[in-house]
Amino acid sequence: MVLLFAEYSDGHFKKAVLEAATYASDLAKSLGTTCAAVSVGAVSDEALKTLSHYGVSKVYKIVDAKLDSFTNTAYAAATAAVAIQTNAKAIIFAQTYNGRAVAPRVAIKIDASAYSGVIQLPDTTNGFASLRSAFSGKGIEAIQAGKEKVVITIKTNSYHITANPVDCTLENFAFSPASTSFEAVAKEIVKASEGISLTEAELVVSAGRGMKGPENWGMIEELASLIGAATACSKPTADMGWRPHHEHVGQTGIQIAPNLYIAIGISGAIQHLAGVSSSKTIVVINKDAEAPFFKIADYGIVGDLFEVVPKIIAAIKKIKGKS
Amino acid sequence: MKILVCISHVPDTTTKIVFNQDGKSLNASGVTFIINPYDEFGLVRAIEFQEQGKAEQVTVICVGGAEVEPTLRKALAIGANDAVRINANPTDALFVAGQIAAYAKGKGFDIIFAGKESIDYNGGMVPGMIAEMLELPFVSFATKMELAGRGAVLRREVDGGEEVIESTLPVVVSCQKGMSEWRIPNMRGIMASRTKPLLVVEPISVATGVQTSGYAYPSAKGSCVYFSTEESENLVNALHNKGLI
Ligand SMILES: Cc1cc2nc3c(=O)[nH]c(=O)nc-3n(C[C@H](O)[C@H](O)[C@H](O)COP(=O)(O)OP(=O)(O)OC[C@H]3O[C@@H](n4cnc5c(N)ncnc54)[C@H](O)[C@@H]3O)c2cc1C
Repeated sequence: MVLLFAEYSDGHFKKAVLEAATYASDLAKSLGTTCAAVSVGAVSDEALKTLSHYGVSKVYKIVDAKLDSFTNTAYAAATAAVAIQTNAKAIIFAQTYNGRAVAPRVAIKIDASAYSGVIQLPDTTNGFASLRSAFSGKGIEAIQAGKEKVVITIKTNSYHITANPVDCTLENFAFSPASTSFEAVAKEIVKASEGISLTEAELVVSAGRGMKGPENWGMIEELASLIGAATACSKPTADMGWRPHHEHVGQTGIQIAPNLYIAIGISGAIQHLAGVSSSKTIVVINKDAEAPFFKIADYGIVGDLFEVVPKIIAAIKKIKGKS
Repeated sequence: MKILVCISHVPDTTTKIVFNQDGKSLNASGVTFIINPYDEFGLVRAIEFQEQGKAEQVTVICVGGAEVEPTLRKALAIGANDAVRINANPTDALFVAGQIAAYAKGKGFDIIFAGKESIDYNGGMVPGMIAEMLELPFVSFATKMELAGRGAVLRREVDGGEEVIESTLPVVVSCQKGMSEWRIPNMRGIMASRTKPLLVVEPISVATGVQTSGYAYPSAKGSCVYFSTEESENLVNALHNKGLI
């Protein structure tokens, strides 16, 4: 049996979770077994049933008022309890903030091999042989699990969501968290912004020091909102306070892999690329033809961003106007 | 209060990653190694607690061979009091976490800091494993930490915002940007670091969880398609035709 950690947040299953669900059910198929999910906390049956579209044939529900807000301790204990009772061979997590906090604990509890950044289905002819992303996207590591069970987190945007409808049953699973599970608890959530969250965004418009100053970001925001993209920035622009810190992408900021990354006035320093080089399509706008970013770009314009961006905005408006 | 800071010894952020011909290991020749930047956020925060008179001792720990000692000395130069090197090759997360948990057990550390991940293997498993092995609370992706009464108030990054977390001590904290500002060691710190204690401890036996069987490079990108400023509209059309916008 393959078990999915069905993380539910902000009223839905995030794209990363659906990718993990597809991965889990494809893995189950290749192992000749079924795919189940564990859901911790209050989630409607209706929402849980939607997992059946992605090959999940059973959902173990753990509902307890104490589990309504996330703690890695309690959620890991709950997940491990299901994993042990169902004798799951592989526990699959989306590589989200919460998934990454729970996975290592589960691995210790059930004595599993644990690894993150997984980009492909494993070769299971002889145990688990997997490929994972390493060196901030600059390398791929092939690994062999040493234990019988594995706990893995799937790199976001590296596994395609595919429909695989199956019948699905829901079952209540009896579990009550230990009192020691609540030593670190969230008291409040502070929303960063109303915009699209960077880690989830399919499209990202990002800008750097070439913008000259924060007052020029209006056109970046306009471009982003026209195509429904999230906005991001390079480290120095966040450090100088031109942009909020949560927009900083790169090795020391957020790592993202959207379908489209548009880099405007960003040189493409190696530390910046480390956070964005896994993007599927990269567009670079820079006045310096030698800017290193062009080396990994799919499309480029060598030109002054203050001329180029307005032209792009006008062209997009034209397309949007037609459709 | 005693603080333990886990330090990973990683290639400098500007390193061009090259694997040895057999594809089995990283080619370390000419590579400069540094303190993992995420670990350094925790290290500096620990030193700040010490400067505020809230912590008496900041110990740094690294699992690695003698080659990691300059990295530990740099942590001492930044301000840690003493260093521990577990004398073993850091084969995988389970092994490293097992060594650090075994060392920390029973020594009364109130905070164990680590980075959210190391910038080489990007694993991010070690801190949560240490917490589980020591049965401690764990706050991951922490961007702020203040001590309050006998516990701590932290901020933790989540999708689209931050959680404010209250935790008891001891606690394991994995750090990211926001926790503190990196520091460059000054001359006095560098001089002092040479005589600060660096203890070498032999490893305990821990089964490894995963083995690396080899490395490869990600598939190279095709070449870039260029448009002139005047052709900006063509770029938009190309993206539109690919279904991207
Ligand atoms: C340990 C470490 C970690 C780091 N982590 C990160 C990280 O996570 N993320 C990150 O981004 N950086 C990081 N950096 C910093 C990184 O090295 C670069 O300094 C930074 O990415 C540069 O930002 P930038 O491209 O916005 O600015 P610059 O390098 O100054 O580039 C600006 C670009 O804009 C172009 N430009 C200027 N005017 C125009 C115009 N009118 N039209 C078009 N183009 C124009 C220029 O040609 C230039 O290429 C890190 C550095 C270190 C040492």
